Amino acid sequence: MDVWSSLMDGFATALTPMNFLYAVIGVLLGTAVGVLPGLGPAMTVALLLPVTYALEPTSAFIMFAGIYYGGMYGGSTTSILLNTPGESSSVVTAIEGNKMAKAGRAAQALATAAIGSFVAGTIGTALLAVCAPIVVQFAVSLGAPSYFAIMVLALLAVTAVLGSSRLRGFASLALGLAIGLVGIDSVTGQRRLTFGQPLLADGLDIVVVAVAIFAVGEALWVAAHLRRTPLHAIPVGQPWMGKSDWKRSWKPWLRGTAFGFPFGALPAGGAEIPTFLSYVTEKRLSKHPEEFGKGAIEGVAGPEAANNAAAAGTLTPMLALGLPTNATAAVMLAAFTSYGIQPGPQLFSSQGPLVWALIASLFIGNLLLLLINLPLAPMWAKLLQLPRPYLYAGILFFATLGAYSVNLQAFDLVLLLVLGTLGFMMRRFGLPVLPLILGVILGPRIEGQLRKTLQLSAGDPAGLFSEPIAVVVYIIVGLILLWPLLFKLFRRTRPAPKTAVPANSGATVPREVGGSVSHGSHRADGPADGDGDG
Amino acid sequence: MSSLISGLKGRAELGVALLLGAAGVLVFLDANRLVTPYSQSDPVGPKTVPYIVAGLLLVCAVLLAVNVIRGGQGEAEGGEDVDLTHPADWKTILPLAGAFILNILLIDWAGWVISGTVLFWGSVLALGSRHYIRDGLISVALSLLTFYGFYLGLGIALPAGLLEGIL
Repeated sequence: MDVWSSLMDGFATALTPMNFLYAVIGVLLGTAVGVLPGLGPAMTVALLLPVTYALEPTSAFIMFAGIYYGGMYGGSTTSILLNTPGESSSVVTAIEGNKMAKAGRAAQALATAAIGSFVAGTIGTALLAVCAPIVVQFAVSLGAPSYFAIMVLALLAVTAVLGSSRLRGFASLALGLAIGLVGIDSVTGQRRLTFGQPLLADGLDIVVVAVAIFAVGEALWVAAHLRRTPLHAIPVGQPWMGKSDWKRSWKPWLRGTAFGFPFGALPAGGAEIPTFLSYVTEKRLSKHPEEFGKGAIEGVAGPEAANNAAAAGTLTPMLALGLPTNATAAVMLAAFTSYGIQPGPQLFSSQGPLVWALIASLFIGNLLLLLINLPLAPMWAKLLQLPRPYLYAGILFFATLGAYSVNLQAFDLVLLLVLGTLGFMMRRFGLPVLPLILGVILGPRIEGQLRKTLQLSAGDPAGLFSEPIAVVVYIIVGLILLWPLLFKLFRRTRPAPKTAVPANSGATVPREVGGSVSHGSHRADGPADGDGDG
Repeated sequence: MSSLISGLKGRAELGVALLLGAAGVLVFLDANRLVTPYSQSDPVGPKTVPYIVAGLLLVCAVLLAVNVIRGGQGEAEGGEDVDLTHPADWKTILPLAGAFILNILLIDWAGWVISGTVLFWGSVLALGSRHYIRDGLISVALSLLTFYGFYLGLGIALPAGLLEGIL
């Protein structure tokens, strides 16, 4: 089908008064919750999931679009005004953004972040609209073996590439896969890990798992280490930018977008790597390199654009392949399935109008963000002063409400507490949260593809390699697993200075950059904190 | 004995390895108990993946234990309101968990408005607020608002419990 006409149909659906209202509510809710410290976009979506249950799918997803971008934008406000990023993807924004705010240029920092997010989000969404159908065309030709391989790649990539400890990543992944096993096996009807408990037969509700790990785990963790004297938020007036600010911002916006989208679309993409790359690039290209570290506007404009473009990029594999690559997309995928909608190549043909309405409302949400957030910024900044006891008690309150309202069973609250304790423990001992969530969501799907593959090959393991794409993907998987080994060899032949972290051999930056953020700097190299998205 | 204790001190992370190991054994035993005849249409069967997961859990448990004994340590997670310089504050956590458990016990019997009030008020108290009356009023207001909000706005009837007929 023609992209343009489908998109216009999408706009027609999304712009009906009721749906438009849902988009506005989504943007407002998303931003408000996203601004609150301690609440990343993934948690925002998880907490607000129950609110959308009563709506019909189209309206619900239009609201999600607003919540998604709103939550993202809210995070950058927090990091600029508080200097302690809620999401690992906002770490870089905090470096220059908070310096600008301290130097009395908070208004400009917020403005360049908001407008940059708008520019990047719009371009990113346009790229999504163009790319997703192409990926779909490619994906419909894929069979179970390729799907199996691609899902394995996504899990391994997220586990092995992001985060500071691969071992702890795999531990988290294994726990997630185990949680995903609970319930009746769909093929044979056998009960697995239910311990005779009928309430476990349907498996664990993904909303309960996500809310427990993200919200309850986080609230308990913060409660244990609550700062005695809350950080001081810098007050801010109406965001605006002068002529020179525009001149210095527009190129970083575009370059940031170029970094963000492709990385977001990759299986282990996330927003950390492109935001760091964007920061380094801007520092190198800037005419005012001396301002970096003291509040250079380029250092806010580029990474913020990269962050939002990555957010749009993430939706490409999510919609076209049913493959979530970050926590927020994983929770959204869970939302899709709770409506009985299976994301994947068939989605565009079976639920065409819904998908295009979602994409159209991403455009609308983006514009609304700009229109709403520039004037409302001072009000959002006030949210940062919410007394912490109310904030974290509120998180627990709404987490309970959300988890309970799914099935109206007190048993779900017991699960919430147990898994919340698990989330607490993971934060205490440095186990990343993202692999667990992806394991829970992708585990059953991977198993399904594996069984389909071997069913087609009548049990012959060679069936796993029966498609060329699958073979290529396994080679990439092998490279990722062997990467530390190759890296050591590389280092031995050419001793590099203080190289560290992710997928990119040239990325010497993350640790150095991370080190210059005063609080929560270790998040820079431990990005798999669950909000690791863009 | 004392050397063992000092060796274990600061190695609380071994508990994580233990948990992973226990989970691995549990998954293995559970899968082992399944009986399925071989079927042409499902050569993989319901046991294969649990075995793989159990194996992964056990391998991770062993590697993590080795890592911790050799001095490896996971980095605790930071955040806006997290101050890692002081140790975990159990005087906050335990009352907080208490409020949560109280809510679980009360929700079906006393209803959401009462249990939610207890939950919020107890949590705020545990987290260090000392405005007892203001907090109480906020708790009641929040519970009532969400009760009616969910009922009227979303069509979800939260349990009314003891207040059945009044609300």
